[in-house]
Amino acid sequence: MLKSLVKLGRASLFALSAASLATAANAADVSGAGATFPYPIYAKWAEAYKAKTGIGMNYQSIGSGGGIKQIKANTVDFGASDKPLTPEELNEAGLMQFPMVMGAIVPVVNLPGVKPGEMKFTGKILAEIYLGHIKQWNDPQIVALNKGVKLPNSAITVVHRSDGSGTTFNFAYYLNAVDSDWSKVGVDTAIEWPTGLGGKGNEGVSALVGQTQGSIGYVEYAYALQNKLAYADMINRDGKTVSPSVESIQAAAANADWAKASGYYLILADQPGAKSWPMTAATFILVHKMQAKPDVAKEVLNFFTWCYGEGDKMAEDLAYVPMPNNVVQMVKKSWSEEIKDSAGKPVL
Amino acid sequence: MYENPSDQNQSTQMTRSHIGTRFGDPIFQMLTFAFAIMVLLILGGVILTLCEGAWPALRVFGPAFVWTASWNPVTKNFGALVPLIGTMITALIAMLIGVPFSFGLALFLTEICPHGIRQPIAIAIELLAAVPSIIYGIWGLFILAPLFQRTIEPLLISSLGPLPLIGALFQGPPIGIGMLLAGLILGLMVLPFITAVMREVFLSVPQVLRESAYGLGATRWEVTWRVVLPYCRTGVVGGIMLGLGRALGETMAVTFVIGNAHHLSTSLLAPGTTISATLANEFTEADGEIYTASLIGLGLVLFVLTFFVLAIGKRLLLGAQARTTLA
Repeated sequence: MLKSLVKLGRASLFALSAASLATAANAADVSGAGATFPYPIYAKWAEAYKAKTGIGMNYQSIGSGGGIKQIKANTVDFGASDKPLTPEELNEAGLMQFPMVMGAIVPVVNLPGVKPGEMKFTGKILAEIYLGHIKQWNDPQIVALNKGVKLPNSAITVVHRSDGSGTTFNFAYYLNAVDSDWSKVGVDTAIEWPTGLGGKGNEGVSALVGQTQGSIGYVEYAYALQNKLAYADMINRDGKTVSPSVESIQAAAANADWAKASGYYLILADQPGAKSWPMTAATFILVHKMQAKPDVAKEVLNFFTWCYGEGDKMAEDLAYVPMPNNVVQMVKKSWSEEIKDSAGKPVL
Repeated sequence: MYENPSDQNQSTQMTRSHIGTRFGDPIFQMLTFAFAIMVLLILGGVILTLCEGAWPALRVFGPAFVWTASWNPVTKNFGALVPLIGTMITALIAMLIGVPFSFGLALFLTEICPHGIRQPIAIAIELLAAVPSIIYGIWGLFILAPLFQRTIEPLLISSLGPLPLIGALFQGPPIGIGMLLAGLILGLMVLPFITAVMREVFLSVPQVLRESAYGLGATRWEVTWRVVLPYCRTGVVGGIMLGLGRALGETMAVTFVIGNAHHLSTSLLAPGTTISATLANEFTEADGEIYTASLIGLGLVLFVLTFFVLAIGKRLLLGAQARTTLA
């Protein structure tokens, strides 16, 4: 009895010291929450940054809507969203946003014998599939575009996101731009899908498409690569066939005029240019303009400064595209102008 | 010398019991009373919080919230019909699978099974109850869903699909994921709960009753149906209700295999959604007051549904008991 009591006491002492150690380690860490789209690269950056500086970055990939909610509620140091907030929304919540990295949304299919890059779609066909108008894989429109690909006479299982998602927002934005019928569905982070099944997060959609024969889904490019899913090429606005790649994302981004975009509100879908990937999206970071804890804010901005500077190679390895230098300079200028502590002094 | 210690002993006992009755009992009474009150307070608090959270949606949509099929975050038009029906249908399928299975299993274990392997089988079934629901979900998604898509569903569609009436339940493309699979997984999940309860209550039937029935020349089936079951009807219904409660509220496993689609379909093979799956999927992401309030409203609907199901179950039980006593 006595022995076990002593043991218990020792164990609780140990637990206490472990807990205090953990809190000590957490004090310097920064936390963020939001989009699942850039999660692979944020996780990689965080790991490398921790190895270099000892400062951890704790990112929860709960989705863009969740990220916006969490930063508004001030439970995290920064939020992340693929759906940019409009300048009015930013003002209302006292937030500023900046683009962090760009990526591509790709259609992925699961058909026996179809390899990555073998099939192609137009935006219009994708929209018709997601509207439920095109129901069969051997639909004449798909067959006409994919000569030489063996398409089965089976139903298309449409897979979409079940949670609110910036990926959905950008995808729906693109479909709306290329198909006038889409307007009855609308554009938002969550929409009322006319057909199909829902997976939670980019991970969930990847898993469902990987599992379900005859399915089609849309995911961030890195997820298609990591899960070895058969992504498809797209016919872009100029009528050219493009594959998702760093070059085609950069081509789409080259048109973007960030200087003119108030509050960095800019959507990169359906850009002109022979090489532009039509479903390109930037992903954004949200921080409070007024920082009650300037030390933490400084850590956050230091982390992102490091990402802009040193993180390019890692981003490209995962098929994301870093922001061009001039945009980075603009963002840094906005930081010093807009992010202040309670005394009104710039944080950086 | 001899009597003294015994006297002392008696007097300590007297004092102890005296103190016991003076302070112990009232304190214990108050303590247990506080526990009971606390449960009621928590229950009331949950209802209040749900109502308050759902109020913005209920104010806009009114009672029509319950029978509106739309779930449109863009136009901010929400209704609970699709998840509500999904919840009821999957729970119904789960019961259709789980109850007969559990009944048979419990019966086998108590009446038929050789004594040597009773305990191992019973333990194996109880272990099933300990499997976390997410494991069922993953197993359903990665093992059962492809099996359903390639083998079971095409078979159902070609055999039952063309039939009148029930054919409508088995039509459409085989996806694997859908209401039927969700119901099946739920059925497997509630099985150990119902079996464990049924087994316990079957065991509670006095051996004398069984033996006298056998002595009168009753068959095994007659003993079960006429003696064992009537004796422990309350317990059996209780076990079923326990399983039904779990089936109605189960979240993770269902979210994995139901398809999370807000569509009404007559086909059981079509993807759908349940209330708890919708909450799990959309709660963190819901932006805007009405959206969040509608999700909380869904929670309220589930609460009311569970309440009514349990109330009806209890009512049936009381009715059955009254009849038995009369007879």
